[in-house]
Amino acid sequence: MTANGKGVSLRLENCAKTYPGGIQVLSPMTLEIARGETVVLLGPSGCGKTTTLRIIAGLIQPDHGGRVLFDGVDVTSVPIEKRNVGMVFQSYALFPNMTVAGNIGYGLKIRHVPKAERRKRVDAMMQLVGIDTLHDRRVDQLSGGQRQRVALARAVACQPRVLLLDEPLTALDASLRDRLRTDLNQLFRSLGITTIYVTHDQGEAMALGDRIVVMTKGTIAQVGTPDEIYFRPANRFVAEFIGAANILEGPLQSEVMLLPGGQLHIDGGRTGDTAVAMVRPEAIGIVSPDGASWTGRIQTKIFLGDRLRLTVAEAATSAIVVDASNRLVVQVGDRVGLTVPNGSVRLLTS
Amino acid sequence: MSSRMFVALCLAPLLIVAAAFFVLPLARLVVVGASGPDGAAAYLAILTEPRYRESLVATVILAVATTVATLITATIVGLFVQRHDFPGRSVLVALLTFPLALPGVVVGFMIILLAGRQGLIGEVARALTGQRLVFAYAAGGLFLGYLYFSIPRVILTIMASVEKLDPQVEEAARALGAGAWAVHRDVILPALVPAFIASGAICFATAMGAFGTAFTLATRTDVLPMVIYTEFTLNANFAMAAALSVGLGIVTWAALAVSRSAAGTSVAAAG
Ligand SMILES: Nc1ncnc2c1ncn2[C@@H]1O[C@H](COP(=O)(O)OP(=O)(O)OP(=O)(O)O)[C@@H](O)[C@H]1O
Ligand SMILES: [Mg+2]
Repeated sequence: MTANGKGVSLRLENCAKTYPGGIQVLSPMTLEIARGETVVLLGPSGCGKTTTLRIIAGLIQPDHGGRVLFDGVDVTSVPIEKRNVGMVFQSYALFPNMTVAGNIGYGLKIRHVPKAERRKRVDAMMQLVGIDTLHDRRVDQLSGGQRQRVALARAVACQPRVLLLDEPLTALDASLRDRLRTDLNQLFRSLGITTIYVTHDQGEAMALGDRIVVMTKGTIAQVGTPDEIYFRPANRFVAEFIGAANILEGPLQSEVMLLPGGQLHIDGGRTGDTAVAMVRPEAIGIVSPDGASWTGRIQTKIFLGDRLRLTVAEAATSAIVVDASNRLVVQVGDRVGLTVPNGSVRLLTS
Repeated sequence: MSSRMFVALCLAPLLIVAAAFFVLPLARLVVVGASGPDGAAAYLAILTEPRYRESLVATVILAVATTVATLITATIVGLFVQRHDFPGRSVLVALLTFPLALPGVVVGFMIILLAGRQGLIGEVARALTGQRLVFAYAAGGLFLGYLYFSIPRVILTIMASVEKLDPQVEEAARALGAGAWAVHRDVILPALVPAFIASGAICFATAMGAFGTAFTLATRTDVLPMVIYTEFTLNANFAMAAALSVGLGIVTWAALAVSRSAAGTSVAAAG
């Protein structure tokens, strides 16, 4: 199970979805996913992630004119049972009347794989996800994390052409989620199956995705690698949705933005009326106010262990957030200078 | 006061009522059953006397057949109605459950109107084949009557269970390649087993004890409740009537007990 690039390349073409009642919950969307790639659909609740995943799975049909292609072949009208996709649901949806092995081997049984061969493949799957001692366990005797692993093993046992996961970690507690996230990452890499992973957790998206598709209100806001999405958000929605972001607004004069607390250099800025820019909290440095071109006053100070989170007033139209070194000595009320390295400020189209 | 004492005190009134209205008459029934000229041998007569034995066997067969046919019909209809939305769906559900409101006598009467000597089916059959088809007064009529009042109860139970099924489990099976038939066999029907057992047991018990329909149809097949009635009123054979009643009770109670333990294990297996 180590060969890379298994599964298919995937293309969604103009896939929209209107539910009965006439509300279009998904605007026509086109998306290309390479063979073996892991793509995360990320966005707030109700933005259409599950709907997109179900269109890819074949559980629902896109509106007329939309097409789903696997390796260039139109599968739009192929029902899910013929598409050979692996699915993992948020609730795991295990079969309660079967054992762990029965669950994992179900797809092989449907495909009439002989019993001995089936047993071998099931054992291999259980080894792969680390539950090899649970063979004959009933699924109601499993912990949440174990159920999740069974669901995963069941989904990949038949070597699906795409693996589709809908918030597979959301039902678990935070520490388990962190551990499984690492395991999932390894698993996706070793399986090399084309994988689409739905989540509303940006940490998960960053950790797992080769690319992230940020969605909002039924449209794609941006598609990019985790660091593109983080450092070069396409618009204000993406900037604010991913990580913490300071949104700065002010008039631009060539490459300088005029702010209440001074001036900020922005690469590629052009003179205009009001511009909107984004800068991440950790990109801002705290320096002495003497001679600084941009200053502010410390409003609050929270020690987070690994860093010091400051809010600084009077620097921009609203207070800005700065993540400083945990060794920094400052007091609330201090006047400080703020520096931002070249290239860390990004102009946004709102 | 210990909590055990408290619970015992709370239960006391219930126990007294149960004793007065349930245990005492039942005990009396058992005693009366053994009070005839043959004594306790009356109980044996249920099995040795051909008339009683045949009636017991016929009643059990009829009840089992009713239960099986009801479960099959109600499952198919319940699944369909619960899963599909179509115009007139609520009207259909109302119609399907309408027989719940009718007593057995009325059901018997309706069977006569349908399959009796002047019945609808007879007329149609005569028009088609020249032969009048009359089965209201045979086992077939009883069976139809029992089905008529069993199906609504079971349909309601099945529909409630179907509604509670997790659609994602079916989707998971389909994703693994299961077609409609396999999904029903491996996912839907196993999930409905507890409902089958519970509603099947009630259906069986009701069919075993049904009286009104049998009385109205006055069928050639003597079901046990009819035999008890005849012994009691016409022959004034109180002892035999009591013995038969106890026998009927034991068979029904045993069926319910078996189903309860089966339900226990299946519920555990289904998680
Ligand atoms: N069967 C349906 N009929 C009508 N509207 C639906 C149906 N399923 C989903 N919707 C609507 O479509 C929109 C998108 O739903 P979807 O489940 O794709 O969101 P999501 O991004 O997965 O959200 P979440 O993170 O909460 O799971 C929502 O507004 C939802 O109310
Ligand atoms: Mg969703």
